[in-house]
Amino acid sequence: MTIATQSLFERQSLHRQPNLPRNRWNVFFTVLAGFFALIAVLPLLLVLLYVLIKGGSLISLGLLTQLPPAPGTSGGGIGNAILGTFLVTLVASLIAIPVGVGGGIYLAEYSRGGWFQSFVRFGTNVLAGVPSIICGVFIYGLIVATRLLFGESYSAVAGGIALSVLMLPTVIKTTDEGLKLVPQELRWGAIGVGASKFVTVTRITLPTAFTPIATGVVLGIARAAGETAPLIFTALFSPFWPEGLLKPIATMSVLIFNFAIMPYEAQNALAWAASFVLVMLILGANLFARWLSRFASST
Amino acid sequence: MTTSSNGDLFTLKRRPPSEKFLDIGFRQLVIVLASLVAIVLLGILLTVVHGSEEAFKQFGFSFLVKSSWNPVNEEYGAFTAIYGTIVTSLLSLLIAVPLGVGTAIFITENLIPLKLRNLIGLMVELLAAIPSVVLGLWAIFVMEPFLRPILNWLYEALGWLPIFSTQPLGPGIAPAILILVVMILPIITAIARDSLNQVPPELRQAAYGIGTTRWGAILQVILPAAVSGITGGVMLALGRAMGETMAVTMIIGNSNNFSLSLLAPGNTIASMLANQFGEADGSQVSSLMYAALVLMVLTLVVNIFAQWIVKRLSLKY
Repeated sequence: MTIATQSLFERQSLHRQPNLPRNRWNVFFTVLAGFFALIAVLPLLLVLLYVLIKGGSLISLGLLTQLPPAPGTSGGGIGNAILGTFLVTLVASLIAIPVGVGGGIYLAEYSRGGWFQSFVRFGTNVLAGVPSIICGVFIYGLIVATRLLFGESYSAVAGGIALSVLMLPTVIKTTDEGLKLVPQELRWGAIGVGASKFVTVTRITLPTAFTPIATGVVLGIARAAGETAPLIFTALFSPFWPEGLLKPIATMSVLIFNFAIMPYEAQNALAWAASFVLVMLILGANLFARWLSRFASST
Repeated sequence: MTTSSNGDLFTLKRRPPSEKFLDIGFRQLVIVLASLVAIVLLGILLTVVHGSEEAFKQFGFSFLVKSSWNPVNEEYGAFTAIYGTIVTSLLSLLIAVPLGVGTAIFITENLIPLKLRNLIGLMVELLAAIPSVVLGLWAIFVMEPFLRPILNWLYEALGWLPIFSTQPLGPGIAPAILILVVMILPIITAIARDSLNQVPPELRQAAYGIGTTRWGAILQVILPAAVSGITGGVMLALGRAMGETMAVTMIIGNSNNFSLSLLAPGNTIASMLANQFGEADGSQVSSLMYAALVLMVLTLVVNIFAQWIVKRLSLKY
């Protein structure tokens, strides 16, 4: 009896044996996964490093406020492109935020199942998957080629509209999800004291869901600011200061694209400088959005 | 006196018409705004279909299998670009899926301290935020010069294989695939991470309880349970890779000559659009619209399939 128990629980087998095949596989897979994670992080570090070194070293007041130089000459800056990115993104936000928040309000507050609601949801998902270059083609066909906007072809507004198409699904989704997080009791309370649906939505649920919506909107704006493909044949490019919203306009992303493939070193350097400004703005917006959502969840 | 005040308290107050109007108007407004999504989507389809009509009448379906692209003779065939789109996106997926899923496992299982895991997760998400045009710039000036000796070595050692049969001379399909990997890796990692986190802890505990090792549990219990979400994420990444424009345009070389070799310059539909649309006129615009339609159908099919897979494959615990 005692002998049987002893052989059943041999002391050796209670220790971890590193040479067992399964333990060796375990170590192997752990190292492999760690290696993969390292590879996944490496591009970010390398891109950031090069943008910081090659772009950051060029930053000066003149670079941020001057016009780009003529091909072949040196000096100059990216002032018009910074202003252009700001203007185009502003136009896009002015369109996408009201439309997207409205659509999100419909999905979260008004829809009660049914085909229309599922169609809008499906459409939002599909629209999020439409390649950005197709948005550019769409706005080109709709606005630029037909000269729909006061007879002007390429314009800052056309670029802004193209970007707003890209932003729209993000804003709708975050509004929808943010509103769904609002406790149902708040709505019942508001209706119970006699508020109309409009007052309930605008005074109770929307303010409550402000931070998740703001987070999503900031992320959407950051993504739009870096987009190039919808702008290359809607907003086009211009080496001059913006001449109004109905004229072609320079943006940082298109400037990077145009200047990166030029054979001149001054232009290539400006592309790096513009990358630095753009990456800093976008990473800053991302970290801000992250802080915003953490700030909201802690209170 | 009392009766009148009581009467005031208990009479049913109707909403003033202005308030009613506001209420109903707001409801109509958000319905209109929501339907704008559908209108934009239909608008995109109609614009692209309408624009490609002329090229479709002229070339029909032979457009899809011919590789000539000659604006002078007005002969167009998008086979090179379609082939490039499919090859670059599939091969980049082949590299990015193991990397992304491996990374996701590494940051969801407690192999290393939580702070470190969150840091890796944050960095991968920030990588997704870097604009594609900046990655393209980096690819031109940093990655491609670094990669060229390696690709040259591939050409010399394995040049007898058709896929390595041309000498790398700078931009080409291979660097484009690698930059696509960088771009879709964050998508796969993020979605795989979410699906792994959603696997109920009981499954893992049960697996450990019957004596499996950590990786035994991961490979045989947790990954199969998360496979629907991961597959959906992979399909979404495929859609993104097909439509990705700027970085690919800057590094792929934009050549319309068909070549099997991955080291030769090539083209994708998106990069062809980015390069030629601005300067095109006449039947070239229509042909480009036709190519855009092909791209749109490809990504639509992939995206809808992704949504269907997530719904269909999701395990019920």
